Amino acid sequence: MRASRSGNILQHLDWTTIGLFLVLVLFGWLNIYGASYTFDQTSIFDFSNRAGKQFTWIIGSIVLAIVLLLIDYKTYDVLAYIAYGAMLLLLLATPFLAHNIKGSMSWISLGPVNLQPAEFAKCIVALTVAKYMGRYEYKIRTWRDLIVPFAIIGIPAMIIMILQKETGSALVFAAFLLVFYRQGMSGYVLWVGVAAVALFILSIRLGAVPLPLGTGSVGILTCMLLLTVIEIFFICKEHRMRWQALIMTGSVAVIYGICLIVNIWVRMPFNLISMGIVLALVIYNIAISIYWRKYRLLIVAAFTLFCIGYTHACDYVFTHVLHPHQRIRIEVLLGMKEDPAGAGYNVNQARIAIGSGRFWGKGYLNGTQTKLQFVPEQDTDFIFCTVGEEWGFVGSIGVLLVYLWFILRLFVIAERQRNVTTRIYAYAVGSIFLFHLMINIGMVLGLLPVIGIPLPFFSYGGSSLWGFTLLLFILLRLDAARMEQLN
Amino acid sequence: MINDPYYRRRYVISGIAVVVVLVYIIRLFYLQVIDQSTKDQADNNALVKQTIYPSRGLIYDRNGELLVFNQPIYEITMVMREMGKEWDTTAFCQCLQISRVEFDDRITEIKDKKKNRGFSRWTPQVFMSQLKKEDIASLQESLFLFPGIQIQKRTLRDYTYKAAAHVLGSVGEVNQNDIDRDDYYARGDYSGRDGLERTYEQQLRGEKGVEILMRDSRGRMQGSYQDGQLDKTAIAGTDLYTTLDIRLQLLAEELLTGKIGSVVAIEPKTGEILALVSNPSWNPKVLVGKERSKNYTDLLNDETKPLLNRATQATYSPGSTFKTIQALVCLQEKGINANTVYPCSGPGSSPIKCTHHHGSPVSLENAIEQSCNPYFWCAFRDVLQQDGYGKENADFRHRYELWRNDVMAFGLGQKFTDTDLSEQAAGNIPSIQQYDRTYGKTGWKAITIRSLSIGQGEILVTPLQLANQAATIANDGYYITPHLNKNDSMLTHRHQLNIEKRHFDVVKSGMHRVMQYGTGRHYAVDSLHMAGKTGTVQNPHGKDHAIFIGFAPVDNPQIAVAVVVENAGFGATWACPIASLLMEQYLTGEVKRKYIQKDISNKILNESVKKW
Repeated sequence: MRASRSGNILQHLDWTTIGLFLVLVLFGWLNIYGASYTFDQTSIFDFSNRAGKQFTWIIGSIVLAIVLLLIDYKTYDVLAYIAYGAMLLLLLATPFLAHNIKGSMSWISLGPVNLQPAEFAKCIVALTVAKYMGRYEYKIRTWRDLIVPFAIIGIPAMIIMILQKETGSALVFAAFLLVFYRQGMSGYVLWVGVAAVALFILSIRLGAVPLPLGTGSVGILTCMLLLTVIEIFFICKEHRMRWQALIMTGSVAVIYGICLIVNIWVRMPFNLISMGIVLALVIYNIAISIYWRKYRLLIVAAFTLFCIGYTHACDYVFTHVLHPHQRIRIEVLLGMKEDPAGAGYNVNQARIAIGSGRFWGKGYLNGTQTKLQFVPEQDTDFIFCTVGEEWGFVGSIGVLLVYLWFILRLFVIAERQRNVTTRIYAYAVGSIFLFHLMINIGMVLGLLPVIGIPLPFFSYGGSSLWGFTLLLFILLRLDAARMEQLN
Repeated sequence: MINDPYYRRRYVISGIAVVVVLVYIIRLFYLQVIDQSTKDQADNNALVKQTIYPSRGLIYDRNGELLVFNQPIYEITMVMREMGKEWDTTAFCQCLQISRVEFDDRITEIKDKKKNRGFSRWTPQVFMSQLKKEDIASLQESLFLFPGIQIQKRTLRDYTYKAAAHVLGSVGEVNQNDIDRDDYYARGDYSGRDGLERTYEQQLRGEKGVEILMRDSRGRMQGSYQDGQLDKTAIAGTDLYTTLDIRLQLLAEELLTGKIGSVVAIEPKTGEILALVSNPSWNPKVLVGKERSKNYTDLLNDETKPLLNRATQATYSPGSTFKTIQALVCLQEKGINANTVYPCSGPGSSPIKCTHHHGSPVSLENAIEQSCNPYFWCAFRDVLQQDGYGKENADFRHRYELWRNDVMAFGLGQKFTDTDLSEQAAGNIPSIQQYDRTYGKTGWKAITIRSLSIGQGEILVTPLQLANQAATIANDGYYITPHLNKNDSMLTHRHQLNIEKRHFDVVKSGMHRVMQYGTGRHYAVDSLHMAGKTGTVQNPHGKDHAIFIGFAPVDNPQIAVAVVVENAGFGATWACPIASLLMEQYLTGEVKRKYIQKDISNKILNESVKKW
């Protein structure tokens, strides 16, 4: 394109997004004031309280935004790899430079402010992934092509999780799966991901009965049977194979039925029976696949075996790898443990606070649940409670819809790019925001386990606000230059 | 994008975002519109969080005698926002038997943001604290008349004996520093401020509980919320069993009446501290409750410095008691052997005079028995000079370094780092650098530092270190770090000296003779086989300090003692009888020599020493 167009950046900026950004930041600020408000407080600008401090963070973030927009758009692409290397070093060094803030080793002190490098890592990883996958010659053909992108997101995630003990910040990198999907990664990966999470939950929820091979139970095995049958339907498109699947399902149901009836008089070893059925199914599938020369059925058999291994692995991870507090959070969420005074307390109080807001809310600064500090972390991870209590159902869905608009807008921006790198980056930004929204609100609403990650633009804290500003305004800068960029 | 086979996936991704938001909206709709239970639960101010304070762990002595326990007290808090117009102030004042003026003054005080930074009309403010059960009885009955008022039960420390104040320490309100450092504390909480109360704060404090109560719109309590499902019971603190023997402690405190000084007694085999006394002291009850801050200021301003724990924080020159170590180190460093004799010309000796009359020449055992100064000067000199002085004193300095290391191995000149005693002084065994600074690198020789040979001069030790030194000798060359927690076996904290056992036999025999024929002979009890060493320490602050270290029985030591009486005179006259009585008490369970006990207890050396 013509050089003259690059001069007028304002014309090409996406003002809708900027408007949504400002709405979210300002509304978030009002709610931080509300959440930390103790009835006798002075002004929203009083720098000794959270709202006053957040104001300085906001000013800082606007300055940062302007600076980002003034920088030449090529810079971001050129510096991506170098920044990635520097970021890895910083993340590795953080636990040694950090001082312990509430059990986390992820904060670096710079004079009066504490910064969390992990918040800035997301942006750099997004740029790096975009640069790598946006190369002209890059295509996702086999799974080998995904090794490098997975490494790019996996290495910082591991560092953050293992060295800095910030599981939440590390999980955010899972958002990149959506980006890979958009670029051509098989949709099965997403499905397997969802199935893995589902099976994880089921095996923990139901897996309390010991077996010779570790632990497992009727429940798990039944679930596995169901999954196997579903898988057969998926893979077997031929008529007679579907019949086979039906026969298998039927016979399993009949065996279970008989066992249940016999169980009235004689105690049946359901574990062994289920185990036997699963093994029989596997062997039957292998036999039939060889007989019919339909090797797809081998996949089904392998899948069943894999499931057995996976459930045992889940159990091991759950009892040995997870920290006790993480285990309790999951157990509480799954209703396996009543712990309303401990891990369940936050969630329960959050539910009460939001629920008590009713349709119209109690009005700004009138929330009592949050004022009397029933909800811990109410100005950081649980900020949405204040929204729910003071602005009610109307305010809550308002906020959710603005977020949805904002995220969809980012995807629209992504799709209008001619440059693949920018498009990938835009998807990364959108996915990260979506992931944060999903985990944070899901946690506050009691639908997901308590994982401490901030609600973008709402939660108190400079690092997260600046991290999100960085993500967003680099995108807006690249977007403003979309006319100048060719592939 | 043209030619992009995955173009349609944009709809899947956007669809995920839409579905997530939709699910959350449905959940919100359920929580905020359909589900009615949360509304009742959170009706304006329906819930009150009340902290339940755990009872603090008790403290016992080594025989299971209760030393420290808790007494209940009550605190009245008010939430001003709930005190409506019809609130009957007169009736309230009557219940508490205070005047209207007092009430108004107190309210003004609470509202004053300068004095009460945490003031809020919405949160409970302390109206009156540390009340007895009798004080709140009538208010408790009519509490329902006064919305916004709550009575909170807390506990204060109480003590069985007026003893061991320094060791036990005290409990006081936390300061901002504590609150910032530890999330557990909130304003108005109590924590151990010094002594064992501070060292074992984590163990003693237990864990606070929470009770969530419901109240109606008029502020009246309606019982516990959700049948107490959300409540957290308080967990009482864990009791602490100390190594103290309270009988011994009481006797030691009695014997120090009217004197400034300290006593430390240790069980040598275990390092357990049996008694640790610093006088002047105070009744631990004075630092409890309302009177605490006033009394604390008084203690702080007392010219005899009762708050100073002299047993661990005061340093003295050890005087002649140091001759025991001197003998051991000189034997080990081969400056002398068990048969070495030196001449003594009594008061005419040079460069150090002898203050005792005995025959000449003297052997080591006799020198200890008679506390012969010239003997130890000669031995010290011969150790340091055995290689001559060398170039720029290098050989001499090397010998001095070896000598110093041997002395410090007794635990002198440094704090015990692996112990639960909170405040300690390090003392001083002069370093080469210290002498270099004073005299220059070549400016000092054995003769320059001759005072060290008899435990005078720059050398400084604490009474605790003296007692540990006695225990080390009693143990034939090792000590377990002295400590106060009976449940914490410190046997792994064993510090082994590299001095041969046969040397200890000589020194112990000398110390036994001190009590048979020497300076301590008047206060020995033959059947108890005491061993000891007296010390009379010159000092610039007036009369000599009287010091004594000892242990008994000599063959199988059960107790090691150090006694220091400031500005008293002869160690043999003042410190030795105290130690002797303490050993008797510990070994036989009683004191038969009541006349000595009475005599010592009644002697007032310093008129300004008082027991608080």
